[in-house]
Amino acid sequence: MDARKTADKAPTKKETSVKRNSDRELVVTRKFNAPARIVFDAWTKPELLMRWWTPKSFGISFLSCEIDARTGGSYRFQFSHPAMENPMTFFGKYIEVKPHSCLVWTNDEGGGERAVTTVTFEERDGATLVTMRDVYPSKDALDAAIASGSTSGFGEAFEQLDDVLPALKA
Amino acid sequence: MVQFQETLLNSTFAALSDPTRRGVLEQLWRKDASITELAEKFDMTVTGMKKHVGVLENAGLVATEKVGRVRTCKLGLRALAVEAAWIEKHRLLWAARFDELDKVVEEVDRKEKSGGRKKNG
Repeated sequence: MDARKTADKAPTKKETSVKRNSDRELVVTRKFNAPARIVFDAWTKPELLMRWWTPKSFGISFLSCEIDARTGGSYRFQFSHPAMENPMTFFGKYIEVKPHSCLVWTNDEGGGERAVTTVTFEERDGATLVTMRDVYPSKDALDAAIASGSTSGFGEAFEQLDDVLPALKA
Repeated sequence: MVQFQETLLNSTFAALSDPTRRGVLEQLWRKDASITELAEKFDMTVTGMKKHVGVLENAGLVATEKVGRVRTCKLGLRALAVEAAWIEKHRLLWAARFDELDKVVEEVDRKEKSGGRKKNG
């Protein structure tokens, strides 16, 4: 593997790819120069996750981070942003946890049945490919989410457009 | 040109101000649908749904095509542009997160390796 030939300080260029699959879901992939065990830890240990989940360039900071990465366990993240009066809370349950290979969690902050996030970790020659996808558990759940007026990312994009439009008109 | 853009912005803004119309876009983002299907999903009359779709169509957010007796609705060019912008925003967020994650895992990896060397040596 190329990644192993290069020195630690000069890793191969790793690109984050995002694509929409046929079900119109987004799939994010990225490769890391470390064994799956370490990458998995970075997704399940609060002290590690807090170091990367809120990139500085986005101006968000962690207030608290609780993770119980066991099947049936739960997580709760709380963030603050200078532009927001109240902190944002994200929480849900781990539906499936296979150490070092797979994490599946629900996104419950919006209420109702929401998208389920699946992250897989595939190790090859010391490097790890991470694949993340958002999937609705069932057609009914998806319909319910739509009927309840909850917004997925796409809805969010339109809400942001709403914010932008009056400014453009001014 | 400026006036045309302003008209387009006004129509987009009006089209998005209604929760049902947002819901329709959300639905069409996942799957094309006929007016009748949309009317059923949003529990309204076909006539009512036609009006909503008409507003979305005028704003370029929805495109419709009539095949036989069924009018099928799908995302319009303007909606596709918004979607592309959202995907790019999503990609930027994850790219930024993963750049930070990279630093974390490589640091842990390095520490483990140097720790291992000490033990062995």
